[in-house]
Amino acid sequence: MQDVTAVVDDVPDLDFEGWVCPVPLRDVPSVVMGHGGGGAMSGELIEHLFLPAYGAAAAADLGDSAVLTVGSGTRLAFSTDSFVVKPMFFPGGSIGELAVNGTVNDLAMSGATPLFLSTAFILAEGTALSDVGRIAQAVGRAAEDAGVRLVTGDTKVVEHGSGDGVYLNTSGIGVIPPGVDVHARRALPGDAVLVSGDIGVHGVAVMSCREGLEFGTTVKSDTAALHGLVAAMLATGTDLHVLRDPTRGGVSASLNEIARASDVGIELVERLLPVPPAVHDACSLLGLDPLQVANEGKLIAIVPAGDADRVLAAMRAHPLGRSACRIGSCVPDHAGMVVAKTGLGGSRVIGLPIGEQLPRIC
Amino acid sequence: MKYLEEFSDPDLAKKLIEQIHAATTRKWALMEVCGGQTHSIIRHGIDQLLPDSVEMIHGPGCPVCVTPLETIDRALAIAARPGVVFCSFGDMLRVPGSSQDLFSIKSAGGDVRVVYSPLDALKIARENPDREVVFFGIGFETTAPANAMTVYQAQRLGVRNFSLLVSHVLVPPAIAAIMESSTCRVQAFLAAGHVCSVMGTAEYPALARKYKVPIVVTGFEPLDILEGVRRTVVQLEAGRHEVENAYPRAVREEGNVPAMEMLADVFEVTDRTWRGIGAIPRSGWQLSEKYRAFDAEQRFDVTDIHTAESSLCRSGEVLQGLIKPHLCEAFGKECTPRNPLGATMVSSEGACAAYYTHRRLELVDAK
Repeated sequence: MQDVTAVVDDVPDLDFEGWVCPVPLRDVPSVVMGHGGGGAMSGELIEHLFLPAYGAAAAADLGDSAVLTVGSGTRLAFSTDSFVVKPMFFPGGSIGELAVNGTVNDLAMSGATPLFLSTAFILAEGTALSDVGRIAQAVGRAAEDAGVRLVTGDTKVVEHGSGDGVYLNTSGIGVIPPGVDVHARRALPGDAVLVSGDIGVHGVAVMSCREGLEFGTTVKSDTAALHGLVAAMLATGTDLHVLRDPTRGGVSASLNEIARASDVGIELVERLLPVPPAVHDACSLLGLDPLQVANEGKLIAIVPAGDADRVLAAMRAHPLGRSACRIGSCVPDHAGMVVAKTGLGGSRVIGLPIGEQLPRIC
Repeated sequence: MKYLEEFSDPDLAKKLIEQIHAATTRKWALMEVCGGQTHSIIRHGIDQLLPDSVEMIHGPGCPVCVTPLETIDRALAIAARPGVVFCSFGDMLRVPGSSQDLFSIKSAGGDVRVVYSPLDALKIARENPDREVVFFGIGFETTAPANAMTVYQAQRLGVRNFSLLVSHVLVPPAIAAIMESSTCRVQAFLAAGHVCSVMGTAEYPALARKYKVPIVVTGFEPLDILEGVRRTVVQLEAGRHEVENAYPRAVREEGNVPAMEMLADVFEVTDRTWRGIGAIPRSGWQLSEKYRAFDAEQRFDVTDIHTAESSLCRSGEVLQGLIKPHLCEAFGKECTPRNPLGATMVSSEGACAAYYTHRRLELVDAK
């Protein structure tokens, strides 16, 4: 034990003028993990690299699905998604279910009834065929459960060391019923913000498995196909303004997207957020924010406030929406930003995650 | 962790806030030393609920923020070497060195891994005897015991391919340095509860006496912080300057004796440079002679480190509590968590990042 008061007399008077900081890392020259994190870096990659490169051929409005009008006005939803999750098998599912449900949900979040999927496998040399078989069976089961047909596919193999296990791409087509428009730009001040159940579950399930962390209880991924829940919500006759499934980047990324696209403010009430104890504990332990943790079987709905109770009742009557609740409102203030009222009565801005979520040191 | 919920109880918090308001008759400037406390204060909006006359100054207690640029550059150089597995806590990966960060090294093929304990890094070393495994041992007294235990185990087990890049810093000398500064405005300290859970409180009475400042050992949940503030204000108003323990469920006066014995065996006190602050004598730990063979700095003789600094960033003043983050001209403009000019904007415990992330509404135009 040192007596610090004995040494401080030697401390030179600190020269604030001379204090310095590093040159910023404005841009990175190579791809880093954050470019795939679903946050600000992913958005910048699309905005500053892909779209300018595609030029006039680009016709994307950056939603999870494209909405395409064909023939005599039939609207198709078209979506694609790649899955590279590690580990391939985790509590509550595998990359197989995830790949089917992920694309089904992207279609469902445009209000579509999903119909057809493609599956493209990229296999690393040396991967056990028994693992590939388990994943393929999971794909088949999930597609059957979701009522979609697997109509085309592809398989490629990369040399050992060039990949890791199994990567899987699924693309899908669905049909959007007449009158349904749930684009992110339709949120209005006064609308209610609903969520279909507990948040952060999938991210914690994968993290606990990936990092060998134990959180007291086994947290199972919430991976599920949500189009049935969406159909139940549409059946209420409510004009659903926006639907989103908060996957990478979590609830925070989805709500920030909606706030910006609609130019409204979103105000959350923290004490209303459905964060299960295991997710809360895991996030406390690692210094993560449950709002930024991925979900794979939850949706966010922005609906007119007067219809919120009716929509919530329909959601709670569906197995995937039993714990549905209202977590906040769209407001005319702080347009483009998401703000949470804290449990103590203060407030904080809920920002768009930058890249990968990083556990804190202490 | 369910028991922690009671330390966030809004009704009890309201009572404590009322008591703080009732006790405060004049302006006071309190410094919370620990970055975890800063994070909690901003995360829960505690500073918005205190009297206007009670100012919270955010101290230099974010270990990520104060790790010297030269050490980051050394870490990057080691991590880029072939045959090295570089292990680190997660939040060090995005801290910019002079021109890169650990994410960039990983992107270029470096084997950089996030671990949750230095013992995980030791396990990796035992499983990969043909690789050199390095753990980035940063932090205050809180993280040091686990690092000490890991080095002790490495020696006991004869794991020769493991080493520690050490950049440990100590809280009491930093408090002393802050109080010695001619521009110091701090009138009281909330001491870092987790640091004291290891080291106890024996180092603090001398500081409280010498500088006539109340020092209240404080935890991290909302009620812990409010209780720490309340006790500090009560002392200030009464003209007292004593050491109080407002975190007795985790902190004993004598500290964690076995941990301190381990620290005394593995580490020795050394001078340390703090990023944004400068050199503070006897304010850090390095591996003791007995364990010097596990010192990554010596094992990987990195030469040619030329640190490049920017004159825009004022994080040094932020770390000293001289200015609030948003008073830096670069805040929210040239400097954001996406493009950090300094480490205080990188780490989620850094005062600048906490302000930017959760206080933009009041401080900068979001558009």
